[in-house]
Amino acid sequence: MATLLQVKDLQTQFFTSAGTVKAVDGISYSVEEGETVAIVGESGCGKSVGALSLLRLIPDPPGRIVGGRILFQGTDLLTLPDEEMRNVRGRDIAMVFQEPMTSLNPVLTIGRQLTETLVHHRSMNARQAQARAVELLDMVGISDPERRLLQYPHHFSGGMRQRVMIAMALSCEPKLIIADEPTTALDVTIQAQILELMKDLTKRLGVALIVITHNLGVVARYADRVNVMYAGKIIERGLAAEIYRNPSHPYTLGLLASVPRLDQRRGERLVPIEGQPPDLTLLDDGCAFRPRCRFAVDRCNHATPVLETVGEAHLSACWEHANLQRSAETVS
Amino acid sequence: MSSASPVSKNSEQPLVQVRGLKKHFPVNEGAVISRTVGHVKAVDGVSFDIMKGETLGLVGESGCGKTTTGRCILMLEQLTEGQILFDGVDLATLDQKGRIALRRDIQVIFQDPYSSLNPRMKIGQIIAEPMRVHGIEPDPNRRAARVVELLSVCGLNPKFADRYPHEMSGGQRQRVGIARALSLNPQFIVCDEPVSALDVSIQAQVINLMEDLRNEFDLTFLFVAHDLSVVRHLCHRVAVMYLGKLVEIAECDELFDNPQHPYTKALLAAVPIPDPEIEKNREHSVMKGEIPSPMNPPSGCVFHPRCPVAVESCSTGLPELREIGPGHLVACTEV
Repeated sequence: MATLLQVKDLQTQFFTSAGTVKAVDGISYSVEEGETVAIVGESGCGKSVGALSLLRLIPDPPGRIVGGRILFQGTDLLTLPDEEMRNVRGRDIAMVFQEPMTSLNPVLTIGRQLTETLVHHRSMNARQAQARAVELLDMVGISDPERRLLQYPHHFSGGMRQRVMIAMALSCEPKLIIADEPTTALDVTIQAQILELMKDLTKRLGVALIVITHNLGVVARYADRVNVMYAGKIIERGLAAEIYRNPSHPYTLGLLASVPRLDQRRGERLVPIEGQPPDLTLLDDGCAFRPRCRFAVDRCNHATPVLETVGEAHLSACWEHANLQRSAETVS
Repeated sequence: MSSASPVSKNSEQPLVQVRGLKKHFPVNEGAVISRTVGHVKAVDGVSFDIMKGETLGLVGESGCGKTTTGRCILMLEQLTEGQILFDGVDLATLDQKGRIALRRDIQVIFQDPYSSLNPRMKIGQIIAEPMRVHGIEPDPNRRAARVVELLSVCGLNPKFADRYPHEMSGGQRQRVGIARALSLNPQFIVCDEPVSALDVSIQAQVINLMEDLRNEFDLTFLFVAHDLSVVRHLCHRVAVMYLGKLVEIAECDELFDNPQHPYTKALLAAVPIPDPEIEKNREHSVMKGEIPSPMNPPSGCVFHPRCPVAVESCSTGLPELREIGPGHLVACTEV
């Protein structure tokens, strides 16, 4: 499989009155054609800003992409003129947002919103676009598509709106879809419907998918590869199975120990990560996780760890990664 | 009460008894001359008990009536039908004075730590307010001392008493909400999605805090939540609601290891487990359709349009809760 997307040392900062927020602080990762990559982290870790940066949707001011390269099929998106970038959005890279309630325009019909991209990117006439829209709604499992196209977003439930969003994302047969917390606002049975639909369609159509989520269960069920983010940096990367079996960063280790699991009997105590995530305006030269880390050593105060290989296709940004497993055993 | 009501066999009297609870909200149309065109049957005939010291989980998807059930117990809603007894006393028989007195014993922790704290009050005032209202600790100095005590019980720095809510993170605010609920030494707390707005690493801190407090103060919880993994971790017994009705209730491990109602099964199958090895071997069957409108619920068993095992009689007969094992009740004729 060929590499579809390569993000190299991407840095996005927000310039606020409280100081410069390094929301994304030098992340690098790649996405192969047709694979599903998850970006996991808690609120404020930079996962959404990183995704919006890919499409150059960062509001400027206050934000700006200050460094790095985003190579999509060999072209650096950061050097494209605005006009050409507009053609990439929706046509080559599509996005599904978290809030199906606010990401559709309430005063336009579903049909109008769905055909807009087709007319713009595919130069279809109204009739062709209409026919394609019917096909798309049918594909995402919305019954009676002809009638539904004439309706407005408020006629649709949350799950149905998210299906419309997916239909829109797929409309121009993009190579890559970025889904930012696509199911967080939905009920669990609807979440399962939407995720199965996305998995099924991306597999069938060979579309690569970047899923941004905080839900470790969703990652375990759907992702091929995982990037874990903390305080604007990727701190661990690897195949999903490998990350869960052999977490090699104290933060990943902590996350896995702190989630209650459906298959765990009552009475087992959770091991939370103590403390709070750091203020991104106040980061220093050391590791951002060290105040909450039970493995921290003196070196962590002075130097930010970089991603190092710890196993096959498995990287961790921790000075102490070699000692984690051993220490974890002594602790337990 | 029918013999199939989930009344415990224990000779001890339950702390909370809910009997045939119904709460229907009228739907009005017309701006000038308003008339009622229908009812949303938010809660439609729900019965359960909560024993002293027990944590009952009430789960279901949005719109199933779990929050409304909690609000009815908190005396925030007028019941349409049914009875709620607290410590043997029917809440409907209480006069104004009796109700106010009882509110000391029944407290609440809300979901959203942002909107449930008054942004113009300091944390100390927020925690002290229930004591002031109920005339407990009338002496301001002793009240302040109690605030400090509550803050430290909930794992917060006593200095936070002088801060405003906006100076705190979500997890810290939720701890304030818990401290406020504890300020009156209640017996019973309704927790309405108390951790769903929090990040995972913070969520675990708050869950552990709630467990510790439950043990320390011998508290009884009604834990309303949609996150089944959290419910499994915290609750002694679990009740599953769908469209205003109780469909299954059982001991926690029994419900999760041996679910019987088709809706419970579908709900559990939909929750992903954070372990790719396990996920690979799980069946990912997806429940079709969406929750019907509670204004016009399906006839017969409300779940039958989405049910994989429905037979013809399901669309006419209303299934009663019946006991299929010790303390395990299911409202399904096909089990």
